[in-house]
Amino acid sequence: MSRVFVHGQGAVSPAGWGLPALRASLKNKRSLPAQSLARPGWDKPLLVRSVPPPLVRPAFLAHPRLRRASPITHYAVGAALEALGQDADLIRSGGLQLGIVTCTLTGGISYSRRFYEEVLQNPATASPMIFPETVFNAFASHLAAYLGSSVVNYTLVGDAGTFLQGLAVAAGWLDSGMAEACVIIGAEELDWTAADALRLFDRRAVHASGAGAIYLNTLHPAGVPVELAAVTDSFAATRAPGRHEAARKMRAQLPVGASDELLCASECDNSAWNDWPGELLTSTEILGEGFAAAAAWQCVAVCDAIQQSRCVAANVSITGQSLQAIAARFVNPNFLKTQTRTQP
Amino acid sequence: MLFPLPKTPRPRRIVITGAGVITAFGAGWKINAEGFRSGRTAFRPVTLFDVSRQRCKIAAEIDLPGDLPPNRLSRGDLRRLQRASGLLLLAGAEAWDQAGWTPDSHLPLVLGTTSGEMCLGQEYLLQALQTPLCFKRQTERVTHYLVQQQGINLANALGVEAEVITISNACASGANAIGHAWQLVREGRADRVLTGGYDALCHMTYAGFDTLQVLSPTPCRPFDAGRDGLTLGEGAALLALEDLNSAQRRGAEILGEIIGYAATMDTHHLTQPHPEGHAALAAMKAACASAGVTPEQIDYVNAHGTATPQNDAAEAAAINAWAGPRAVTLPVSSTKAGVGHLLGAAGAVEAAVCLMALRGQWLPPQPSLDMPDPACPFQVVRQPIDAKIKTTLSNSFGFGGANATLIFRRWP
Repeated sequence: MSRVFVHGQGAVSPAGWGLPALRASLKNKRSLPAQSLARPGWDKPLLVRSVPPPLVRPAFLAHPRLRRASPITHYAVGAALEALGQDADLIRSGGLQLGIVTCTLTGGISYSRRFYEEVLQNPATASPMIFPETVFNAFASHLAAYLGSSVVNYTLVGDAGTFLQGLAVAAGWLDSGMAEACVIIGAEELDWTAADALRLFDRRAVHASGAGAIYLNTLHPAGVPVELAAVTDSFAATRAPGRHEAARKMRAQLPVGASDELLCASECDNSAWNDWPGELLTSTEILGEGFAAAAAWQCVAVCDAIQQSRCVAANVSITGQSLQAIAARFVNPNFLKTQTRTQP
Repeated sequence: MLFPLPKTPRPRRIVITGAGVITAFGAGWKINAEGFRSGRTAFRPVTLFDVSRQRCKIAAEIDLPGDLPPNRLSRGDLRRLQRASGLLLLAGAEAWDQAGWTPDSHLPLVLGTTSGEMCLGQEYLLQALQTPLCFKRQTERVTHYLVQQQGINLANALGVEAEVITISNACASGANAIGHAWQLVREGRADRVLTGGYDALCHMTYAGFDTLQVLSPTPCRPFDAGRDGLTLGEGAALLALEDLNSAQRRGAEILGEIIGYAATMDTHHLTQPHPEGHAALAAMKAACASAGVTPEQIDYVNAHGTATPQNDAAEAAAINAWAGPRAVTLPVSSTKAGVGHLLGAAGAVEAAVCLMALRGQWLPPQPSLDMPDPACPFQVVRQPIDAKIKTTLSNSFGFGGANATLIFRRWP
């Protein structure tokens, strides 16, 4: 089994475009301001956290495939290119075969809603330009086209934990030689339908948009290395009574932790981590509920913390609202052995 | 643990010990095998939603059976089950029973779909727009609209605690799901996987394809010189995949073996393939390489064959380039001519068709072909015919450029 290292991270979030903006907002530990989003038929708008416009228009927006693409594509490409760094040129020149895993819950929902509204008005005049953008894998396709990546490419659809499943899928591709490197992206976009639906389940939740990306390779990276040490099994957490038990099983597959380690956990699995000895990072209250993007931001944030020598290892633990309890562990291999140390 | 991966000394051989299929031909392996063997067609006017303002008005709709197979869902769960979940459950229960599996603590479900329970998303939006202050059933609609819920419903119906992975790679979803499941077992990451694809007809998807002008107003004619578009259908197929040693140990009936898989990306255009089918060619070549077979050893190709002018031309170019001199004698057909394009279910149902053909030693015909396109020099199977076949190849290509090829071998 090949060892798998993190070679880059990228983030487009309500904090702004780029990892430094994400890092700064998490360091401040203050909730980012929410914006109003009109909901048809309501006087009171929905509150959301949207991605602010980039300070400089990204050059990739000039690409013919990206000009008319929906926001989720822009976020995903922005995060992926930041994670890939200079290797993007290597991929474009055919010097590196990049596998792409994209993860999402709601996909291109703004175009989906818009297209169906047009169908309801008159199907004969609904826009053929919009419909292709409604398929879940549209943004994965645009990214592949932009990079000229012609090898394996999956779009996984599911709850936030799906991003961690995506890490394991990519690690499998690297091990089997299906790809020489992989980028895993979690992305979501805003729409009133999604914000409205989220409110039905949690009135305090603030829907957020954006993307996060992790770039994996089997080569030992330069600088402070971050290694993907583990992705636990996915434990079914489909019904509320079983969620804590699923989180407990997930926790049992990981080391007990230490004071110099970091944990990024969702609210649902708090009970599984009551005895966590290290620092705790929570991002949802700061950034909002971004589903697959939120899981990606968490992974990006903990990898960054290891690279910044704020910790020597970190776990991202996600107990999704409807599907699974799952966790990933990243380590600095110079300080920790990569094998898991399960609890007694 | 999903990662690190267990060490496997060498790749395992993967066999299929159960298969469940539902299409417009009906529910179950037997009725579908009869339909695909005889070359029936199952198109009719759409009744599931209003198509009066659509350019095209036909599809291959399924008459859902009145009763679901025995399952472990509560009455409440059953009441909430929608069309796509029903299709998935019917196919899943058949595959599960045929495999003779029992509930296990770790059973990955690897599923492919393009739109899941989109009809609920439509209902949600309609109510939110028309009566914005009424929330009746909206929570339930959201819950069951989410793509993962259909996998959860199947897991609950079978009584298993499953890890659900849903791949949504447009029309290659079903094939990608089977290919991914094959890799999980092959590399020792799972001992068995229930996998396949499903999609139900819904207004938004139908209207979407209609706006793109890729639907034919008449039943589709893949590889015909006068083809003018695809015809949509709905369905599901699930396969029970397991390690050969495990299947033999428990004396399971083996339906066939998966010996190769590859996935590639066509970056030419969001909805149109490269005219020369470069990515399709790469997928077929890589799948053959992973299977250790040459085009001369492929006895039948189940083509993606949507019947759009662009797809069939690109696929024909790819098959010609891949097969070389073998192309002129190679039996090829598109079973979409019988049950339509099943989108996320297409690759899975077509995998089941390959297994049926290998088991029954026949080639699936497509009688709708009037005048073969001269760009397709291969032998399009037009009449029901018995044949000695050992190895088959199935192509699936999707929007966004997701291409997948699977290779199956007869057992024994």
